[in-house]
Amino acid sequence: MLILTPMTSLNEFKILRRGFLAGMLTTALVGPAYALDNVTATKLVDEVVFEINQVINSGASEAKLIKAFEGIFAKYADVNIISRSALGPRARTASALELNKFSFAFRSYIARKYGRRFKEFVGSVIIVKNTTNRGKFFEVGAMVQTPSSAPFEVTFRVSDRSGKQLFFDIIIEGISLLSSERVEIGALLDARNGHIGRLTQDLSDLS
Amino acid sequence: MFRFEKYTIIFSFTGLLVLLSACSPQSGALVDDPFERMNRGTHEFNKGLDRDILSPISKGYGNFVPDSVEDIVSNFSSNLSLPGKVVNNVLQLDMPAAVTNTTRFVINSTLGLAGLFDPSDSIGLVGLDADFGQTLQRWGAEEGVYIEIPFFGPSNVRDGIGLIVGMVLLDPASYVLKAPVATYRAGSNVGAILQNRHTYGDQIDEVLYESADSYAQARLVYLQNRRFKLKDSTRDAYIDPYDEFE
Repeated sequence: MLILTPMTSLNEFKILRRGFLAGMLTTALVGPAYALDNVTATKLVDEVVFEINQVINSGASEAKLIKAFEGIFAKYADVNIISRSALGPRARTASALELNKFSFAFRSYIARKYGRRFKEFVGSVIIVKNTTNRGKFFEVGAMVQTPSSAPFEVTFRVSDRSGKQLFFDIIIEGISLLSSERVEIGALLDARNGHIGRLTQDLSDLS
Repeated sequence: MFRFEKYTIIFSFTGLLVLLSACSPQSGALVDDPFERMNRGTHEFNKGLDRDILSPISKGYGNFVPDSVEDIVSNFSSNLSLPGKVVNNVLQLDMPAAVTNTTRFVINSTLGLAGLFDPSDSIGLVGLDADFGQTLQRWGAEEGVYIEIPFFGPSNVRDGIGLIVGMVLLDPASYVLKAPVATYRAGSNVGAILQNRHTYGDQIDEVLYESADSYAQARLVYLQNRRFKLKDSTRDAYIDPYDEFE
């Protein structure tokens, strides 16, 4: 809260007021944003992990798992930035409409591709371990404990640079979903001579 | 005579890798692959081996051999790799790991009936991986350029040298073991490879046969996973997608 004492000079007051107004304006634009810090980044991943734990142990069919995963991805991931980054340099010259359509197709492609793998994790538990401030983003580390094999590490990268707190990468044993999809989408795009519209259409058949 | 041939192979292979590393351009990039054309050729060769030989045999092995037998075979192989890991633990001056791996070797070789079983694991004494590529990294060696090695798959100059030197020079078991046991060991190594191929079948198939560019995908998966395992934070080359659009 902003408290002014008689000692506060006019200059300081102006700076404080400007900051305060800017803060109000940002809040009005993007909703009730809390500054991203260790606590809020961890909280976001806690929620994601809670929902994933529920889904993988719900006993639901594969189709339902995929649907549920798409919901989680849409809610907690920065799908716009992930899909744009997956397109690579070609995203710069694409129209907003092209990008939007692609982003939508990409979301369900990701859900099908990774949601299918969820059935391997039935009976597993994900436990959030630690959060590190990496400067421009936060990294939240978790362990996946599976009934059959050795536990492995999953890291979520969280940022609020979209205006909302969302994760933009999942790194499993060092392997980044974002990097991997950039390679994959890049190759698919090359095979279509950089035609985003055609890739968007074909993406619904791919998983 | 045999020893002489062994060294000739190491020296010519190491020479080739050193030559490759000398041509290496910049470091720090996510992928440093000036020999992509040659590597892609090797990749097709390796992929053919997997498709025609490794994958089908591993399916047969995984489906028809009981899991308990597979585990015994892999345990035997893994136990005999422990002395080599201890050598690398020591070279890295990682004494706690050297003690853990030595204790494992002693327990599993005796109570575990010559390594057929892994009682150490059940008392929480989990194996700690170590190889000569890792040792070279601990000593300060850079990763070098990416190479795909025939039969062995994705690697880089440092870990490729590590693989060959570790296998041929720094493996105490290979010096000690005599005729029948050495053969059993070779057989158990094959068994362990087959079991691994079967266990991680879906993930491997996804990279090799379901991705649009299996060469690039295998390269990425190898490099990121290897850096993760070696805790090589200097090569943390993940994408910051916001930077690209700011």
